[in-house]
Amino acid sequence: MELHKRIVELADLHGRTRESLLPILQGVVECENYLSKRSMTEISKELDLPAAEVYGTATFYSFLEFRKMGKFTIRVCKTISCSMKGKNQILLAIEDMLKIEIGQSTPDGRFSLVETNCLGWCHKAPAMVINHEVFTELTPEKVREILGVYLKKEI
Amino acid sequence: MIEQHLLLKRVDFIFVHDTDWEKILQKSIHRPKQELINELISSELKGRGGAGFPTGLKWKLTSEANGSEKYVICNADEGEPGTFKDREILTRVPYKVLTAMAICGFIIGSNNGIIYLRGEYKYLENPLNEVINEFSYFCKKINLDFTIKIFMGSGAYICGEETAMFESLEGKRGEPRNKPPFPSVSGFRNKPTVINNVETLAHTYTIFKYGAKKFYDLGVQYSRGSKVFSISGDTPKPGIYELELGMSLQDFVDEFGDGDTKAVQVGGASGFLVPRKKFKETVIGYQGKLVGISLPTGGSMMLFNSSRSMYNLLDNYLEFFREESCGQCTPCRIGCQQLLAGIKAVKKGERPAPYLEKLLKLSETMQYTAKCGLGQSVANSFASIVENFREEMIY
Repeated sequence: MELHKRIVELADLHGRTRESLLPILQGVVECENYLSKRSMTEISKELDLPAAEVYGTATFYSFLEFRKMGKFTIRVCKTISCSMKGKNQILLAIEDMLKIEIGQSTPDGRFSLVETNCLGWCHKAPAMVINHEVFTELTPEKVREILGVYLKKEI
Repeated sequence: MIEQHLLLKRVDFIFVHDTDWEKILQKSIHRPKQELINELISSELKGRGGAGFPTGLKWKLTSEANGSEKYVICNADEGEPGTFKDREILTRVPYKVLTAMAICGFIIGSNNGIIYLRGEYKYLENPLNEVINEFSYFCKKINLDFTIKIFMGSGAYICGEETAMFESLEGKRGEPRNKPPFPSVSGFRNKPTVINNVETLAHTYTIFKYGAKKFYDLGVQYSRGSKVFSISGDTPKPGIYELELGMSLQDFVDEFGDGDTKAVQVGGASGFLVPRKKFKETVIGYQGKLVGISLPTGGSMMLFNSSRSMYNLLDNYLEFFREESCGQCTPCRIGCQQLLAGIKAVKKGERPAPYLEKLLKLSETMQYTAKCGLGQSVANSFASIVENFREEMIY
């Protein structure tokens, strides 16, 4: 959907006050996979907020990305329990299979890979989320299987 | 007379299913408000998110606050490393949390409930909204005016701090405010607000259902009741367990360790690392005049065996704090960076070992001068790891 239309739709749903900002930013990231300068300017106009304020709020939250992410963002937990249960092996398996490093996206725009902090699955470490779906008790083998499924999805 | 610690005892209040919530909600809103408050106060329930503030007192203060616009907020921004119990509670028994919120609303005079759900738990949003719809339908049926909405977080640990949460809810950066004023007089939208952890609310449900005595009879002095623990790391039994408070760490390790437990991190990265030699004298509970060391906790218990490097632990925690610090106050923003750079330098031999003393002093300074609990708590793990495992910090 066209960006401006999308923002108006989100504002109709969440309101046009300062408190509507975070849900609207989340909505834009959901469909565009990132926050462009243009989208933040549009939001600031729609909510009648200074663009700097919109930018200031948006940059605080780690799930609101500023570079174009792939359709599927892979977030691998790097906090202590996952770290000691083999997170690095998981990262290597992903990097090896997708040919990207942390912070990069595949050229076809399908995947992005980032590290994140505690996902709340420490008893089943190591864990990762792909967009909002969580995967636990990972092994390099399991990771390859999971990515195989995502490789077949339509984008 | 100081009470002895208890042996490990599993209880089952939180996760046991019941179909009574409608009855309990209706019964409670027909009881005198003061009676409900007194029930909570005499239970001696303390906040289960980690800070341990007496819940009855919190609800009492907020009910006494001036103003007709008040809020009930459920803090579901569970982000402390090693903690995952709130996710389970919201998945398995969410109606207990909703019922507790509505009773709280009734007591303090609020018809506005919000659940701040961390972005990492987005998959809980739809199932939770379904339960909320069912709950709202019942509230309408019994003419109880109380709405509950979910507000999604977006990946910021610090938003779990109560005043940072208000800022985030208001569409701003999650930067903690100064306290006082406290949430009971000035919270969300600067209005009187009760903000409670998911587990705390679930415990109030138990208390309204069974009465204060049943809760009070568990635990020890200053640490009444049961607590849900999130157990992970080098353990053959990782998972979520509801246990009576007041156990010794030795008993805990005997039950959950893998036979080779070198240390236990109590309370996540903001908590304390307890070495094997101190297991016997350490009790899990809130501050009080208990024998030995008593450690409050949000319930995160991470066990480490002798294969684990304590340097790697500290490095991981400091990296976490450095990243999650909101950055507004110098002691925390610069302190976290310097502590991390410092231990790396000592480990590499770029700084001599006595530099650790300087770093310890820095962490102590952060404890006294940081604006919020994040910066104030870094010293907990920093000091406990460096002091107990100094040899592992050095090249």
